[in-house]
Amino acid sequence: MSHQVPRGERDLSVAALARVEGEGAMRLRVADGQVTGVELNIYEPPRFFEALLRGRRMHEPVDITARICGICPVAYQMSACAAVEDACGVEVSAPIRNLRRLIYCGEWIQSHALHIYLLHAPDFLGCESALVLARDHREVVERGLRLRKAGNELITAVGGRDSHPVNVRLGGFYRAPARARLEGLRALLDEALEDALATVRMTAAFDMPDLELAHTLVALSEPGEYPIDRGRLTSTAGLDAPVEAFSEHIVEEHVAHSTALHAQLEGAEQPYLVGPLARYALGREWLSPAAQAAAGEAGLPKVVRNPYQSIVVRAVEAVYAVEEALRLIDGYEEPDPPARTVMPRAGVGHGATEAPRGILYHRYELDDDGIITRATIVPPTSQNQRALEADLRDYASRHLHLDDDALRWRLEQAIRNYDPCISCATHFLDLTVERR
Amino acid sequence: MATAKPALAVWKFASCDGCQLSVLSLTDELLALADVVDVAYFLEASSAVHEGPYDLSLVEGSVTTPDDVERIHEVRRASRTLVTIGACATAGGIQALRNFADIDGFIDAVYAHPAYVSTLATSTPISEHVEVDFELRGCPVDRHQLLEVVSALLRGRRPSISPASVCMECKRSGAVCVMVAHGTPCLGPITHAGCGALCPAHLRGCYGCFGPAETAATGALAAWWQEILGVEHTDLLRALRTYNAGASEFASKGEQHVASGA
Repeated sequence: MSHQVPRGERDLSVAALARVEGEGAMRLRVADGQVTGVELNIYEPPRFFEALLRGRRMHEPVDITARICGICPVAYQMSACAAVEDACGVEVSAPIRNLRRLIYCGEWIQSHALHIYLLHAPDFLGCESALVLARDHREVVERGLRLRKAGNELITAVGGRDSHPVNVRLGGFYRAPARARLEGLRALLDEALEDALATVRMTAAFDMPDLELAHTLVALSEPGEYPIDRGRLTSTAGLDAPVEAFSEHIVEEHVAHSTALHAQLEGAEQPYLVGPLARYALGREWLSPAAQAAAGEAGLPKVVRNPYQSIVVRAVEAVYAVEEALRLIDGYEEPDPPARTVMPRAGVGHGATEAPRGILYHRYELDDDGIITRATIVPPTSQNQRALEADLRDYASRHLHLDDDALRWRLEQAIRNYDPCISCATHFLDLTVERR
Repeated sequence: MATAKPALAVWKFASCDGCQLSVLSLTDELLALADVVDVAYFLEASSAVHEGPYDLSLVEGSVTTPDDVERIHEVRRASRTLVTIGACATAGGIQALRNFADIDGFIDAVYAHPAYVSTLATSTPISEHVEVDFELRGCPVDRHQLLEVVSALLRGRRPSISPASVCMECKRSGAVCVMVAHGTPCLGPITHAGCGALCPAHLRGCYGCFGPAETAATGALAAWWQEILGVEHTDLLRALRTYNAGASEFASKGEQHVASGA
C-alpha cells in the first residue's frame, strides 16, 4: 500500500501489523533524512483489570488475571499466587513449588514455540505466515506445532487445560497430578527436546539484521537456577533488590499514544529490557548443559545485544524448559496436601515471575477479610515499550537508504523481537512511516 | 489462491486473544484446516489481508469502544456467517464488570490521564450490535468444539454442540459431586457444558466460565448455595459476576441479590 507522493516526499502506511498478540499502531516520522519521531501506539481497548479486582476476594486474582492474556495465563496465575501469598505470609512447600515450575515450563515451551514458528520465523524466511511457509516447508511448521503441543500437553497435565488452567489455586493446586500422568509425558518431552534443539539450529542460521542495543537488561535472579518462578530483581547495571522494592526501582508513566503504561528504571535515562535477552545475560550459567551447548553451537555471546537474535535465545530457553520439565518430572513428589492453607490478613503483597516475555509483577493490598482494596499489575510489554521504540528509531536512523517495503519489513520484525503481548500491556500494530 | 476454498476470517475485539489462539492450538489439525480453507483475514497468524466477503467469520472479544461499534457492523456486512467465539464475544467477558460500576472510577483507578482513554461505559456482547449466526461459549472456548463449529458451518450443517449443563457432563463422566459430597459451592447445574466438567474433576466447584446453560435455574441454585451451603450474598454475587457477568441469566440473578441482600 505504499505510494509516491509529489515533490519527492514519501508517505507509507500499513493498515495493520500482524503476528503480534493484541492491537496497536506504530508511527515513524522522517524529515530531511532524520527520524523525528517514533511511537508505538497501543490502542488495545482497556479492560480495567486493576479496577475490577477491587472488592474481590484474595483467591480470585488467580483465575481473573489469567484472563488478561491468552498466551501466558500461567504467568499471571503464578505472579498472582506469589503476591497474595506474600501478603498473607505463606510460603509453599518444595513439591508445590516444583509443580508450579513444571506448569510454567509448559507455558514457556508453548509460548516460545508459538512465537518462534507462527509469529516471528515468517519474517526471517520472507513469508506472510506460517501457513504459507507450510506450503514449501511443511516439516518445519509441523515441528513448531509439535513443540507447541508438547508445552500445551504439559500445562494440561498439571493445570487441567492449556488455556486458563483450572487447577491452580492460592497455596498450590486443587488436585495433585498423579505421578503416572506426568511420567506419561516423557516420550512427548523427549521428542520436544529434539525439536527444540533443531529449533536452535534453524534460528541460528537465519540472516540477522545488524542492530546493537545498549539497553539495561533486567531479569529475576535466583542463585542456582534459571529464573522462572522467583528471584530477586537484578540488572546488568548492578541493580539487586527484593521484589517488594519493585516500585522503588521501576516507575510507570501514562503517555497519550498508548493504553499501556510505560515503565522505566527510576532515575535512568536509558530504556530497559526484560525477557529472554535479559534472562540469558543474567542467568546463562544456570542453563542446563544441553541448553548451554546449544547456545555455544549457535555462536551466541555471553550477552546477546542484537535484539534480532532474541529468536535464537528463545529457542535456547525452549531447550532449557523441556530439560527442566524432564528433571522436575523425574523428581516429582505428589504434594500432600496439594495446597497450603492461606489465611486472610491485612497487608500488602508483591509477586514477580518470569513470563515468557519477561518480568510480570503483581501487587495487592488486602483488608482483614482478604478483600482486595488495591491491585497493581506491571506486565512485560509495558516495560519493554520504551526499549522497543528506541530500537525502531535506532534501526530506522541507520537504514533510511532502504526502500519503504524493506524498511517496513525490518521494523515490523524488530517489533516482534520482543514478542509483544499487547493484550497484556492493556490490540494490531498499525505501522505508518511518514517521510518528508 | 484456489477460488474454490471458503474464506475464513478471525476478528479481535476486547479480549485476551485466548480464543483465537485456540485456532493456533489446533496443533494436529491446523495445517489440514489451512488446506481446505482460505485464511483470508487472521492478523494474529498472518500479515496477508484479503478483502471480503468472508464465508465464515469468527469473532473474539466484546464491544467496548466507539470505533468497535462501527467495526462490528463492517465485519457483519463482509461476512456470510458470523460466529462469536468465547465469553467476551458472547456475553461481554470479565470486562463487563464495568457495566455494574462507575466507569470513570475504573479509568481513574488504572490511568493517570483519563483524557487519553477512549472507552464506552459498557462492555457488550456482539449480539447486542449485529445478528450472530452461532455463539460458541467458554472462557476460553474448547478447541474441539471450535473445530466442530467451523467444520459444520463450512459444510452447511448445524454444529453439534450440547446445550446441557456442566452438571450433566459431570454425571456422565462419573465424577463425584463436589457439592453433595464435599459441600463445595459449584455452578455446574446452571453452567453451559463444553469443558468436560473440568473443575469438579479437579475437586473444585465449577466457576461458570462457559456461561449459563439453557434454562438455567439460577434462583434454585442460589437458594441452595445460601441455605444449605451457607454462602454469603456477596460471595454468591462474586461467583455470578465473573467471565459471563453480562449474560442475562447470571446478571439478572445478581441484580436481584443486590436488591434483596444489601
